[in-house]
Amino acid sequence: MDTVPGILKVLQAVAGEPITPEPDESLFSSGMLDSFALPDFVSGLEEEFHVKIPDSDLSARKFDTLDKVQAYLADKGVE
Amino acid sequence: MADPALPSVSTRTYLRGFGGYVPERVVANAEVAALVGEEADWILKVSGIRQRRYAADSQTVADLAVLAAEDCLTRCGVGAAELGMIVVASGSAERFCPGPAATVASRLGFAGTFALDVPVASAGSLIALNLAMRFAPSVGKVLVIGAEIMSRRVRLTPEGRDTAILFGDGAGACLVDAGLANLEQGALELVDAALYTDGNAAEILRMEEGLLHMEGGSVILQAARKVPAAIRTLLERNGVLIEQVGTLLMHQANRNLIAKVASTLKLAPERAFLNIERFGNTSSASLLLAAAEWHAATPAPAAPVVFAAFGTGLNWGAILGLPVAQPVTEWSA
Repeated sequence: MDTVPGILKVLQAVAGEPITPEPDESLFSSGMLDSFALPDFVSGLEEEFHVKIPDSDLSARKFDTLDKVQAYLADKGVE
Repeated sequence: MADPALPSVSTRTYLRGFGGYVPERVVANAEVAALVGEEADWILKVSGIRQRRYAADSQTVADLAVLAAEDCLTRCGVGAAELGMIVVASGSAERFCPGPAATVASRLGFAGTFALDVPVASAGSLIALNLAMRFAPSVGKVLVIGAEIMSRRVRLTPEGRDTAILFGDGAGACLVDAGLANLEQGALELVDAALYTDGNAAEILRMEEGLLHMEGGSVILQAARKVPAAIRTLLERNGVLIEQVGTLLMHQANRNLIAKVASTLKLAPERAFLNIERFGNTSSASLLLAAAEWHAATPAPAAPVVFAAFGTGLNWGAILGLPVAQPVTEWSA
């Protein structure tokens, strides 16, 4: 399963606009998302992919780029 | 519940009043912005802060703590000699051991009263308040103080931007007592506390080599989940509905974080008390500084109050205060 469309769907819902970052582009340094949108982004990923993201994984670095989010989800068995 | 190993005065504990002190020097966003290479309006947007106070070079954490303590005791009409214990929370004290508690006790005129340090930034005063709840039934009146000089724990440079824009200096205090005798109108009964520690994420927010280090995004992620969960747990086990909560008194870390917590809980935003705009994030002082201002404006609270904080450790949690002699059917915000 290609998770990118689902990640983009969540990202765009949280950002409130149709953003399409490069796979390795920082969502936060680029200004596409601010830090206070991050909790909504993470909870949106949980809903979209039916996964539980534990507190031990709540690090901004894991969700900073599309590539990292994709790799994280793959690690959780979502591919 | 009182420790069964200690003689009990009363197992019920009450918050009798608050006090606070902030240094004279006002530091507006424009001053900080110029040093960290940002715009003043950007600081306001990302934090809700317009200005903060900085201590004078000659002031110590204990100096601020004593002034807040004296303000609290004056407001409560209680003499220092009546205190059974002092707890001082600070993550920014000049000396680790002994910390400021012993100095504060000495400055208040004590030479034997138990004085305890809680060296935890941000959540320190919540922890100290919980300790006071536990000790008050055996020792009587407990003075809780949160005092910080955070301006010396940040770098006012572009590299230190993320912490420099947030922090300020100040001190807050409150008086916890056991038993109903001589309670002033407006006292809150402290009925329960839900406190937690998770050392797995300690690295994202830590005081090291004299400076505060913070991974802002990760701190927000952790706090935005942990704080609402703690408040929900506390309310559920005490049968209080979120819509019955009159005031959320939260560590003034960031206006956007407080709004996020309120939103997650579906708490009306105006019930989350804010004074971060004028004082910035004063770490463990902020909860009690906010409480002191709130109580001055709301001397007779008529609905449940939730105290909440999140900070280094990670330590976080919430404490529930109920208006004294106010039947549940009459709770109103």
